[in-house]
Amino acid sequence: MGFGKRALYAIERDSESCTHCRICVRQCANGVYRLNPNTAKVTSDEAACVNCRRCVEFCPAGALAIRPALAETISNSFWTRQDLRAIQSQADSGGILLVGMGGGSSIPSYFDRMLLNASQVTNPSIDPLREPMELRTFLGRKPVRLELDEKGRPLGLPPQLELELPVLFSAMSFGSVSLNTVKALAAAAQSEQTCYNTGEGGLHRDLYPFGKNTICQVASGRFGVDIDYLNAGAAIEIKIGQGAKPGIGGHLPGEKVGDDVSETRMIPLGSDAISPAPHHDIYSIEDLRQLVFSLKEATVYAKPIIVKIAAVHNVAAIASGIARAGADIIAIDGCRGGTGAAPLRTREHVGIPIELALAAVDSRLRAEGIRGEVSLVAGGGIRHSADVVKAIALGADAVYIATSALIALGCRLCQKCYTGRCGWGIATQVPELVQRLDAEEGARRAANLLRAWKHEIKEMLGGMGINALESLRGNRLMLRGVGMSDNELRVLGIRAAGE
Amino acid sequence: MLREGDFRIPSGCAISGIVHRKGRAMSGESIIRSIALMHDRSNGLGGGFAAYGIYPEFRDCFALHLFFDGQGARKDTEEYFSRYFVTEMSGPIPTRKNAFIKNAPLIWRYFVRPKPEFLSAGEKSANDFMVERVMEINGMAGGAHVFSSGKNMGAFKGVGYAEDIGDFYRLDEYRGHIWTAHGRFPTNTPGWWGGAHPFTLLDWSVVHNGEISSYDANRRFLEMYDYQCTLQTDTEVIAYIFDLLVRRHGLSVDIAAAVVAPPFWSEIDRMPPDKKEMYRAARIVYSSLLINGPFSIILGSSRGILALNDRIKLRPLTAAEKGDFLYVASEESAIREICPQPDRVWMPRGGELVWGLLAGSALADSGACPEEINGTA
Repeated sequence: MGFGKRALYAIERDSESCTHCRICVRQCANGVYRLNPNTAKVTSDEAACVNCRRCVEFCPAGALAIRPALAETISNSFWTRQDLRAIQSQADSGGILLVGMGGGSSIPSYFDRMLLNASQVTNPSIDPLREPMELRTFLGRKPVRLELDEKGRPLGLPPQLELELPVLFSAMSFGSVSLNTVKALAAAAQSEQTCYNTGEGGLHRDLYPFGKNTICQVASGRFGVDIDYLNAGAAIEIKIGQGAKPGIGGHLPGEKVGDDVSETRMIPLGSDAISPAPHHDIYSIEDLRQLVFSLKEATVYAKPIIVKIAAVHNVAAIASGIARAGADIIAIDGCRGGTGAAPLRTREHVGIPIELALAAVDSRLRAEGIRGEVSLVAGGGIRHSADVVKAIALGADAVYIATSALIALGCRLCQKCYTGRCGWGIATQVPELVQRLDAEEGARRAANLLRAWKHEIKEMLGGMGINALESLRGNRLMLRGVGMSDNELRVLGIRAAGE
Repeated sequence: MLREGDFRIPSGCAISGIVHRKGRAMSGESIIRSIALMHDRSNGLGGGFAAYGIYPEFRDCFALHLFFDGQGARKDTEEYFSRYFVTEMSGPIPTRKNAFIKNAPLIWRYFVRPKPEFLSAGEKSANDFMVERVMEINGMAGGAHVFSSGKNMGAFKGVGYAEDIGDFYRLDEYRGHIWTAHGRFPTNTPGWWGGAHPFTLLDWSVVHNGEISSYDANRRFLEMYDYQCTLQTDTEVIAYIFDLLVRRHGLSVDIAAAVVAPPFWSEIDRMPPDKKEMYRAARIVYSSLLINGPFSIILGSSRGILALNDRIKLRPLTAAEKGDFLYVASEESAIREICPQPDRVWMPRGGELVWGLLAGSALADSGACPEEINGTA
């Protein structure tokens, strides 16, 4: 008594303009279209459609449109269509619901409820086209004071990541995304002088030349980790958690582990790559300290160590512990962060928004006088340059972006990454799909995005009468809140608009 | 409505400063004339002065100037003082009736020394001890406010035009070798005397024209070093930044200036290696102390004055020399009013320090902190 596979989308084909050229048949990665040999016309299996838009955008006649399927299920304001569909699907399968990417839930966006300041009269705004505007960013531990030697020269600083803008590409592993995706991000990071992150995918041999712009991640599966890997990058990131699935590990199915992925991750061909939920050598903060210092020893204290955690209720205290455990940078990933695959219920119901987590962590570290011990990188739901500016005003040193970067490369956010059938060549290892993403073109587009944001950040900074990014960091007077409760304002450490 | 000090008010201003490098004392008349010429740069809602060398008979005591809301606050504060200080002398600061100065609080001064038992362990210098006490009193909101706490110097300020404030405090009767002045144009209704400039901490005094757009970033960083920005004014933050960098961290004023108004990275990248290393390190370590937004400031200390513009010179500042006198002011006219034929007049570039140090002062080259100088004074 199954419910059968229901179509979520209705495909409209304009019979006047369609020439039945079969481009849609070739472009669809999900087998929606078929040429009926008897009629020589293309037919659609709507139930297979994920709304990736590939066919719509490649149709030379503009004959295709995809719309939400109308009234396929009865629903009310409490029992939504998604709820009904989920129950039906689980009644069919008995399985956990999976989802890709992030940000689907209806919790409020605090970024959208914060507004930025601008100078008027008492303080001139600064025009970035006429005056220098500095975004250079240093991530790493800062000493409490500038120590000088007997000749008055500064003693060496702890290692710093030096970036030309406060935006880095967040962790996406080779395996979950295609090699061309990683190459595109690495090249964009190099051209814009920032960093990309290997995720837990290891470092493909073609990517070693991008080492200065690479953050090498060490996660619970330890995939692809050896001394060459650790030494290849500009920084090392220990991944404890991820905003899209706090408390959950990762699972790359064996069918995605082809020759290159197998070699890069250092695992057998075709085997499942399972990252456990906890690190098997970290059961408390003192264990984390040992891993931090093991990695520092292995790389002769030449690279900053990042510890990445998901934003959870007790994030401020956890961050304080991480700072004291020797991390140089803390990356906090909010609950709107993306992923290749996460259990739907975890993604929608575990963790807190990055805005609140970031504000709480920054305030806590300052109250303890140890904000300088670590840099803060905020991620999970950064959609545009104004989100970047607001995150920095709340207290971040820089932000991580991943979803925005993938959208720049062509992702249409169909959220079906976990199927491995990405129509745009991003979240797939299928050779004919992978080749749809041109690494050079992708690099150009991702770099364009960073440059565009850079211009916009400079405009907003100049408007506030600020010409160096560091003067915005933690400068919460530049923010005002609308439509928030007193408690929310208090946690964010900002005033209400009009105050 | 909140009292000023409970919220932040941006303001425009006039500033002026005079120093005689050989330490010759002069009365307050000149500085009053100079700041009065720039009457239109202020709006009668704040004026003030800092004078150095005015209390030679109490040169070893901290001279505390206080505003009290009433006699109760004064008695409470004196009780507090008796716990921590030996008071050599105290009394109301002499004032003269001025038709334009109204609603003055009680204004008293105390010449005090910290009780030796608080310093005996050697863990704390007298200066650190005083900073803690000043922060404590000003943070208590008990109707008392310390607005001057240095040795052999004093701040005099209030609500009114600067020239009227100068007359009110009878500054023509004081003789000092360094004078700075401020006329304020706040953009909000004040009514609180503590909001006027200069702002002081120990021997540091700051008069400031401008609005700091980095205020909250600066404030939140300073709070990690135990400064409490009770007044919520930009200027207070400047005084604390110099105190932290020069007195507590022992950096030279050159480096402190390179922190608050640093060269652009494009310039640092082109510096010779040694210099580059220093500027780079200073900017990285103290990035939160960069003062962003328009400002011109005159920083007074027992060893002289320094004047500084923001790094893209968004507020006016002119300097002039005549013999051993150095003058700085928002406008050249304010200098020529008291020194019609200077030997040299110049407009410092953004971020370029103007030095007005007393002869033999070590401030310039060694970066030694005022504490050491005070100790041998």
